[in-house]
Amino acid sequence: MPANSLQSQSQPESQSESPSPPSPYLLEMRGITKQFPGVLANDRVDFNVKAGEVHTLLGENGAGKSTLMNVLYGLHQPDEGEVRMNGEQLSISSPSDAIARGIGMVHQHFMLVPTLTVTENVALGLKSDRRPLTDLPTVEKRITELSQAYGLQVDPNAYVWQLAVGERQRVEILKALYREVSLLVLDEPTAVLTPQEVEELIAVLRQLATDGRGLVFISHKLHEVMSVSDRITVLRDGHVSGETTPAETSREQLAQMMVGRPVKLVPDKPEVDVGEVKLVIKDLEVEGDRGNLAVNGISLEVLAGEIFGLAGVSGNGQRELAQAIAGLREAKSGTVSIDGTDVTNAHPSSVRKAGLSYVPEERMRDGVVSGFSVSENMMLLSRRESEFARFGFMRFGAIKEHSSNLVDRFAVKTPNIDTPTRNLSGGNIQKLILARELSSSPKVILAAQPTRGVDIGAAEYINEQLAKQKANGCATLLVSEDLDEVLALADRIGVIYEGRLMDVIDAKTATPHQLGLLMAGVAKAA
Amino acid sequence: MTEIRQRLLRNAIGPMVPLTAVLLALIIGAFMVLAFGGDPIEGYRAMFSGAFGGWDELSETTLRATPLLLVGVGICIAFRSSVINIGGEGQIIAGALLCTTIVLVLPDLPRPVLLPLALLGGAVGGAFWGWMPGMLKAYAAVNEILSTIMLNIVAGYLMQFLLLGPMKDRQSEELGDIAQTERLSENAKLPTLLEGTQFNLGIVVAVLAAIVGFVLLWRTSLGFEMRAVGGNQIAAQYAGMRVKRNIVLALTFSGMMSGLAGAVLVLSSTAHRLSVESGPSGFTQLAGFNGIVAALFGALHPLWTIPASFLFGGLLVGAFALQRAVQVATPLVVALSGLVVVFVVSSESIVTRAREWAERVSQIAKGGSSSGNEPSTPLGATDPGSPRAPDSASEPESTQTPETSSETIVT
Ligand SMILES: Nc1ncnc2c1ncn2[C@@H]1O[C@H](COP(=O)(O)OP(=O)(O)OP(=O)(O)O)[C@@H](O)[C@H]1O
Ligand SMILES: [Mg+2]
Repeated sequence: MPANSLQSQSQPESQSESPSPPSPYLLEMRGITKQFPGVLANDRVDFNVKAGEVHTLLGENGAGKSTLMNVLYGLHQPDEGEVRMNGEQLSISSPSDAIARGIGMVHQHFMLVPTLTVTENVALGLKSDRRPLTDLPTVEKRITELSQAYGLQVDPNAYVWQLAVGERQRVEILKALYREVSLLVLDEPTAVLTPQEVEELIAVLRQLATDGRGLVFISHKLHEVMSVSDRITVLRDGHVSGETTPAETSREQLAQMMVGRPVKLVPDKPEVDVGEVKLVIKDLEVEGDRGNLAVNGISLEVLAGEIFGLAGVSGNGQRELAQAIAGLREAKSGTVSIDGTDVTNAHPSSVRKAGLSYVPEERMRDGVVSGFSVSENMMLLSRRESEFARFGFMRFGAIKEHSSNLVDRFAVKTPNIDTPTRNLSGGNIQKLILARELSSSPKVILAAQPTRGVDIGAAEYINEQLAKQKANGCATLLVSEDLDEVLALADRIGVIYEGRLMDVIDAKTATPHQLGLLMAGVAKAA
Repeated sequence: MTEIRQRLLRNAIGPMVPLTAVLLALIIGAFMVLAFGGDPIEGYRAMFSGAFGGWDELSETTLRATPLLLVGVGICIAFRSSVINIGGEGQIIAGALLCTTIVLVLPDLPRPVLLPLALLGGAVGGAFWGWMPGMLKAYAAVNEILSTIMLNIVAGYLMQFLLLGPMKDRQSEELGDIAQTERLSENAKLPTLLEGTQFNLGIVVAVLAAIVGFVLLWRTSLGFEMRAVGGNQIAAQYAGMRVKRNIVLALTFSGMMSGLAGAVLVLSSTAHRLSVESGPSGFTQLAGFNGIVAALFGALHPLWTIPASFLFGGLLVGAFALQRAVQVATPLVVALSGLVVVFVVSSESIVTRAREWAERVSQIAKGGSSSGNEPSTPLGATDPGSPRAPDSASEPESTQTPETSSETIVT
């Protein structure tokens, strides 16, 4: 009797066609409960997926989405509840069990080995036919077939460290497809993608579903959710707060279901009088990882009280530009100055001292020490400030107060400030970094994709904070691929393409169409 | 209430892990003793009383534990900064050499001046021997595991050379080529703490060093930076930390502690001189390697390393009593301490495995009956204050933990 413990989500086709229990569902998770120290991450969650559908999991940062999927994938053991595939109860105690049952997963934080090639990564953990030798040519051939079949372009012989994030994700998907999964989980796959890549991915997902696979999709971007999903389940504080379909709902309604209050989806843009020049970049040239000229002669200025949006498809030199500004990558020629101080090729500590705050794009790798507590990560910048350290000794009273304060103000969801940061959900780590960077009274903020991966409530708050810093006379360089975000926040928008600044436009007159053309490298019409 | 109990339990897990490991090693050791025709019960009784059975035994154990503790504290500092220092042996020797030189040159200084000066010399010598691989790693990308091992060898030969040459004992020249210095000035002798025993100031120095190590790592901005660099170099750099300088500092501090151990070894030796009759390791007692085990035993926490050093020191001392009591071959004793090392070093992963297994069993049990709830105790959680190795166990794909890398080297 499969259906009785489920919620009444009666679907017309669920009337049994054949006698005994061929379940209508590919996957059923029932009453999943998972307790972490201080957090009930999943509270009797029921979740199911049919073959051939894309089922979206939606919820705030820390709502328990990744936890639920990690239970499915055998990375966590649930305290209660059961998992069934095709009606058969499973006990999944490790990812290899999950893979053997046809469950694949693309994680929020990728799990590839950077020093191996694409083919080697895909082959990793598989039994080769020529054991104990490897059989990479066969693997490579199959990868090529799969990538052609689904339009997942990637060079099988490239090393993973050479790949852009979008390509890495394709490798993750190929890895799962190679293992012939019938259920594929994608945990925030679009958070790292360019708008074009998102469209391509959505097409791939639809095709995978049409081929009869079940897909679980996690995202914070409501328009993607609306366009890709067959069904949507909303999680809130660990429990299911509702289930719906795109046809029955709207973005506003989804936001309300997630956060529990109405959310402003488009931020206010305060009018601020601009002041003097705070960030000057002049004829900057920077080499990329592969020795190419990733930044090819960029000059720009950002004024106090201004947000300069740098739009562009990722991989066009944004990362190298940001790193060069922050002193993390050598500038081949040209200059960078912050608040009047020349910081070209200065040590990161000097750049910080000159007044730079930096929200890096790859936060897990670049933004936090995952083994440190929340409070320790909050102190990463101000570790030597007289407020928090005296005669070289840290002042724990002040540190504790400051960290708790930031955790409250930025709504970082954590059991307490001593929790190891790696136990936080992805979006909450992002909030932690923003709290740290924005609270250090910067003169220049360099923010790469600041709202990527955070829920809409938090995005609203971050946008407010950026606006507030702007009002305080801070100069902000906002690097983003999200045109909506750039248009909503920035005062001027520059478009970067192949390491060059295509054009700089006043945000009041810019249109998405115009920006889109520039981002694709089509020169200005005028 | 339960909150507190869970907390206590969680904190108790830390030290329980290596203790269980020792127990396991001893059980296997018992079978080995049996196989050699000895009585393990009698052997272990002898071992225990040989290590902790009386004042003499206790002071012997303390003497043994002192260099282990000093080296161990240095290891905590290095490993917490993700620098693998295998150079304890060389750093001990470098410290001992500089300390001895100072005492030989200035034998007539009054004790309150000479003694601190000699200890300082040891610290500086060791620090220098740690600074070199630190610089090599930071500025020339030379793997510190290799360079520290190489420098052990360099230090060993340097000591032989000096003790047979410039620092050689002139008085006993007619006895032939004995690599030793003359007897050192009485003013440089570490004072005994308890009349009639061998307890000396060395252990006080070592315990103080452990406290300093703890304060450095967890109470100062510098230690914070070092741990940040150890935890995630890239993030540390992004946050504006000077990664290279921190690496050099970590190895320098680490070497300094070992150098101090070298000074203590010289200044508390019964012959009161630096001598290498049976090779360099005869002088160091292999504390440069065994200190690593003590530190791992103490979960890379300087304060836990104090009891860990005593236990491990006791084990080393007691093993010889065991050998005498049950008349087994000497290699067995070496094998026994080797077993302990292997178990301690791999205990982390054994425990993780056991925990997973237990979870699975309880899962199956639960699946059978009704919801036998009560959320499984969060043993996996590591309290940040509680001493645990950085980033190990709980992360399945953690690339390189100090444990694994030292496993192959400590033999
Ligand atoms: N290993 C862990 N140990 C302790 N707590 C954890 C652990 N993993 C997750 N948590 C906690 O469980 C809660 C749910 O986390 P989860 O990662 O599932 O959130 P999420 O919905 O995926 O959020 P995000 O959108 O930010 O990725 C969070 O409060 C988090 O701090
Ligand atoms: Mg998540």
